Amino acid sequence: MVAHPVDAIMLEQRAASFTRRSIKEGAKKQGLRLALSMVDLTTLEGSDSPEKVRSLCRKAIRPWEGDIEQPLPSVAAVCVYPNLVPTAKEILEGTGVKIASVATGFPSGQYPLSVRLRDAAEAVAAGADEIDMVINRGAFLAGRDEEVAEEIREVRSTVHPAHLKIILETGELGNYDTIRRASDLAIEAAASTGPIRDGEIFIKTSTGKIAPAATMPAVLVMLEAIRDHWFATGVRIGMKPAGGIRRAKAALHHLAMVKETLGDDWLTPNLFRFGASSLTNDLLRQIIRLERHRYMAAHDFSEA
Amino acid sequence: MPDRIPDSTTKVPVNIGTTSAWEYAPAPERTPVEIEERYGLYIDGEFRSPRSRRWFETMNPATGKPLARVASANDKDVDDAVSAARKALPSWSRLGGQERAKYLFRIARRIQERARELSVLETMDGGKPIKESRDIDIPLAARHFFYHAGWADKLQWAFAGAVPKPIGVCGQIIPWNFPLLMAAWKIAPALACGNTCVLKPAETTPLTALRLAEIFEEVDLPPGVVNIVTGAGRTGQHLAAHPGFDKLAFTGSTEVGRKIAEAAAVGDRRLTLELGGKSPHIIFADAALDQAIEGIVHGIWFNQGHVCCAGSRLFVEESIQEEVIRRLEHRMRTLRVGDPLDKNTDVGAINNPEQLAKIASYVETGQSEGATLHEVNNQKLPSGGHWFRPCFLTGVQPSHVIARDEIFGPVLAVMTFRTPEEALKRANNTPYGLAAGVWTDKGARIFEMARRLEAGVIWCNTYNQFDAASPFGGIKESGFGREGGRHGLRAYVQL
Repeated sequence: MVAHPVDAIMLEQRAASFTRRSIKEGAKKQGLRLALSMVDLTTLEGSDSPEKVRSLCRKAIRPWEGDIEQPLPSVAAVCVYPNLVPTAKEILEGTGVKIASVATGFPSGQYPLSVRLRDAAEAVAAGADEIDMVINRGAFLAGRDEEVAEEIREVRSTVHPAHLKIILETGELGNYDTIRRASDLAIEAAASTGPIRDGEIFIKTSTGKIAPAATMPAVLVMLEAIRDHWFATGVRIGMKPAGGIRRAKAALHHLAMVKETLGDDWLTPNLFRFGASSLTNDLLRQIIRLERHRYMAAHDFSEA
Repeated sequence: MPDRIPDSTTKVPVNIGTTSAWEYAPAPERTPVEIEERYGLYIDGEFRSPRSRRWFETMNPATGKPLARVASANDKDVDDAVSAARKALPSWSRLGGQERAKYLFRIARRIQERARELSVLETMDGGKPIKESRDIDIPLAARHFFYHAGWADKLQWAFAGAVPKPIGVCGQIIPWNFPLLMAAWKIAPALACGNTCVLKPAETTPLTALRLAEIFEEVDLPPGVVNIVTGAGRTGQHLAAHPGFDKLAFTGSTEVGRKIAEAAAVGDRRLTLELGGKSPHIIFADAALDQAIEGIVHGIWFNQGHVCCAGSRLFVEESIQEEVIRRLEHRMRTLRVGDPLDKNTDVGAINNPEQLAKIASYVETGQSEGATLHEVNNQKLPSGGHWFRPCFLTGVQPSHVIARDEIFGPVLAVMTFRTPEEALKRANNTPYGLAAGVWTDKGARIFEMARRLEAGVIWCNTYNQFDAASPFGGIKESGFGREGGRHGLRAYVQL
């Protein structure tokens, strides 16, 4: 694997430059809807109940029940723990909203490989369209790259043809060089299992259980890894920042970063997702404000 | 298990996103700025009509339309300004550091308070993108006044064991690339050290310096402490030749700098010069490439390349040349060239038609000498005004004109090297010595290169970073004297 060192100063300066982009009028309207269509509406709590998941699924299909001139897009997917996949499937089947499930011993990955693989296999069997796996950070940080790669290959073979999102947990990796190395490792491992189609493999920043989660510089490093893979092979890997993106404005900054790093091709839910929950309602608030010129109250929206 | 929710809610058509391209809508900065029809000279604390009775127009380079008429100072006007500064000198220098600091703090605060207006005016008069004047020029100008306010009552600690005294009356001539910022670089240290000044802004960009004069009035700066005379090269000549100055400070081209040095070489007069450059940017194969690309972009396309320390010669280690060019082209396509007042514009208008013609002729010369032009940014340029697409040239030989002359535009010359020794030799093979950039992941190599590169400022794994605390200035034909930091104060005190 070719080393791609990253230098923090200019990386952070570049990442900050996207927050200075001014997204107004038509671009804002389109961007907010685009962002909404890219949300993986997520609930990953020990207390998740079937009722909460059902409510989330309804919200995923129709993010808002109020009157709006141009119909709102559905979100991209609902992301839940494996045992709630059947509940989500009851509601989402046939709607186009995907069912994503975290698996492989989420969030820590501190389980024997056989357990992690079975976790993923069962989630797929229960109806998950997409699996969000965690990499083995213990092995990665100890320098056992080949072990990490082999595990990714096995998960990929196990879940195929379900799409695979590989969580690096950037908050545990310590620095940008390591984030880049983990991105390259994950992409190359997944790509080595056979031909992959655009958007079949994603890399994802975080579980949402560790802070910091999706920071813009960390996301930028991952986008650069995706771009280099695309330069080298022509294959488009997807990207999913998760955790910490709560505001519509932050979502628009991310879209600007994707646009200027990878190009407009990536501005589709097939290649870019936001792993988020509270972001959805802020997007809705902003979308509705553009139409009605006033903000709705928080209680006008269902829980996300 | 509860019943499934009704079909009416679940089976709505699902619209997964939009597939059309997402373009940024125009985002013009709309802060209104009043521009008067005419601006006089600021002498002895008041705006007055020039004795020359002559006025000239300052244009908006993005539209080619005039913004205002500005007084053209002749020798008598310069004389008045110098007399006013001389008259103000004794009380200003005796006022003491603590009191002078208060004025500098007030000026800094007023610049901050009027930042939006100053940014818009800077962009209208000079053509630079509003995001640069808003995020860099104006905040840094305020920063220079804050920083030097801090020094004003601590000068004896800046020069251990010495008793710093003001030099006297300072003549200061500044260029059009960073109009207000250069005025701040010149005026703030001069005032902090107890000097008085006569400042001449460039003829294409006088408006923000004149706004600064309004700020001096607002903060009750004593009359004559700073005088601002506007005009073209001839006014500059009067300034340089005037016997009443104790010090001359000039920022601009090496060509004009030579004439200033000649004119200044009479009597007991100090001189500092910050002149042109042809700064090398050296990228080793082990560098953090994406950040190096950002450095290249920031180095040459920042402010349309109208930057004396622009990284205009790129030396790439041969093994990564293709990779660098591919990434550079990819990145260049995202540069937004156009209306400088649009908040998303990355590259604005060329400051003046003479400069535009000069840049265009250099690019032609480069191609006729055998270099290949890469002009991948194919955005439509606005009609009216002065525009030049950011570009770079490959296949450049060190002997080519475009590898030797300062172009002062958005044009990068790309060359290669094989060994660090060769990189050094090529980088130093220039009469200039303003700045240099080194990109490598290897710490020891950074120190080795920094030690042996001939330049006043060397940036490692970054480029174009400025701060009031950091001295800036050149060696060789890029001038002498430093601005900023403790080193910059030295140019405005007698020890």
